[in-house]
Amino acid sequence: MTSPYPILSIFVIVFAALTIAASLIWVERRLLALWQDRYGPNRTGSFGLLQVVADAIKIFMKEDWIPPFVDKPVFILAPAIVFITVLMSFAVLPVAPGIIVSDLNIGLLFFLGMSSLGVYSVVLAGWASDNKYAFIGGLRAAAQMLSYEVFMGLSLMGVVLLAGSFSLGAIVEAQRKLWFVIPQFPGFILFLIAGFAETRRIPFDLPEAESELVAGYHSEYSGMKFGMFFVGEYMGITLISAMIAVVFFGGYLGPVLPGVIWFLIKTFFFICFFVLVRASLPRPRFDQLMSWGWKVMLPLALANLLVTGAAVLIWR
Amino acid sequence: MFSILRTIWYVFLHSFQKRVTVQYPEEKPYLAPRYRGRIILSRDPDGGERCVACNLCAVACPVDCIALQATEDETGRRYPEFFRINFSRCIFCGFCEEACPTYAIQLTPDFEMGEFHRKNLVYEKEDLLIDGPGKYPGYNFWRVAGVKIGGKDKGEAAHEAPPVDVHSLLP
Repeated sequence: MTSPYPILSIFVIVFAALTIAASLIWVERRLLALWQDRYGPNRTGSFGLLQVVADAIKIFMKEDWIPPFVDKPVFILAPAIVFITVLMSFAVLPVAPGIIVSDLNIGLLFFLGMSSLGVYSVVLAGWASDNKYAFIGGLRAAAQMLSYEVFMGLSLMGVVLLAGSFSLGAIVEAQRKLWFVIPQFPGFILFLIAGFAETRRIPFDLPEAESELVAGYHSEYSGMKFGMFFVGEYMGITLISAMIAVVFFGGYLGPVLPGVIWFLIKTFFFICFFVLVRASLPRPRFDQLMSWGWKVMLPLALANLLVTGAAVLIWR
Repeated sequence: MFSILRTIWYVFLHSFQKRVTVQYPEEKPYLAPRYRGRIILSRDPDGGERCVACNLCAVACPVDCIALQATEDETGRRYPEFFRINFSRCIFCGFCEEACPTYAIQLTPDFEMGEFHRKNLVYEKEDLLIDGPGKYPGYNFWRVAGVKIGGKDKGEAAHEAPPVDVHSLLP
């Protein structure tokens, strides 16, 4: 299943991903406000929708200040990496039957590899900033993302066993009878938690914990470079939500409505869930985070994989 | 683990609760009658200025934002020649109102006094003086004070007996 118009697909998907990520700034603020009994931005344009435009204009107009003490090439490279890695992952995402940039037969591994590369942006940003807070943020991000990636990959392997393929298109097609969230419920929970850690969202936002580390790894960034990290984080949320929808909730499969709509509904549901969790939970201590990852989540992921493997061996 | 899920659920239930935000310019907040906002100078029921320029408000003011100059009219009645409040300094503490012996200076439930230039926040007497008696409708200082001014001799104030003629008490 490859796209008939690959170039068109690339433009559509990149444009849609960027638009969704930008408008998420507004969505998140409105939703957080809703759950805190406030209104959020509701003045600029109808429902405050033009807030996104206002924010974009503001951030483009800002001085793009590079502090004199930073490692300049790396400092400039870091925000680009977060953008590129996330956008690359969108390439393997089946949005609808036929709308996919490249249905790699190792799509899932490609996604995992790109999210691993995303660590570089954070680590390099923290390193190049030559600032203790940024550095600690970068270190935390490296440790956190590496350890949560381990079981992120393992939690998806159960699905791979059931679908018999690493291709995301094939994984979606394998869910025609039953969404994988039902046989792979532990895998879904594990992937959800790992997804929070990978996108560095609350409750796993220790790399940028503003109450301890100013802004963590992007303390020294301003203007559009900071905006790149910001939008990159929102694109990460979109990506993880879309991945949950594709891998566990049947992607574009659904009755009546066209596939794209179903895909967007499912993705948006999980984006809202990301915001809801941000509105509810505090952040843990860093040692708690690490021991939780290695001592609880990793064994659970392995056990899930073991049971799934045994079940597949017995019934197939 | 259960408490985390419960927290998420409780936060979700906030979707259906009323929002506490007051949409300000369209929807005004309720201000209590004794809200301490813009400062005014009131008049007595006869229409005269209540302020007797005693300077107690200026002394009580912790940020020294009140400036005034006392003077007297031809009847001997004291009033401020100028009365100036610098609202860019005022902290709306209400000490001036408490200090005022004649109920002249009062704080009102109005806070919408934004200006583009700081100069415009200095209010002169004509900006401060209102036509009514404010919070104390029936009160007229000169009617109850025992002070002698033009048109009112000693003993002619309300609830006041004429002064005792000490010579008539002689045996």
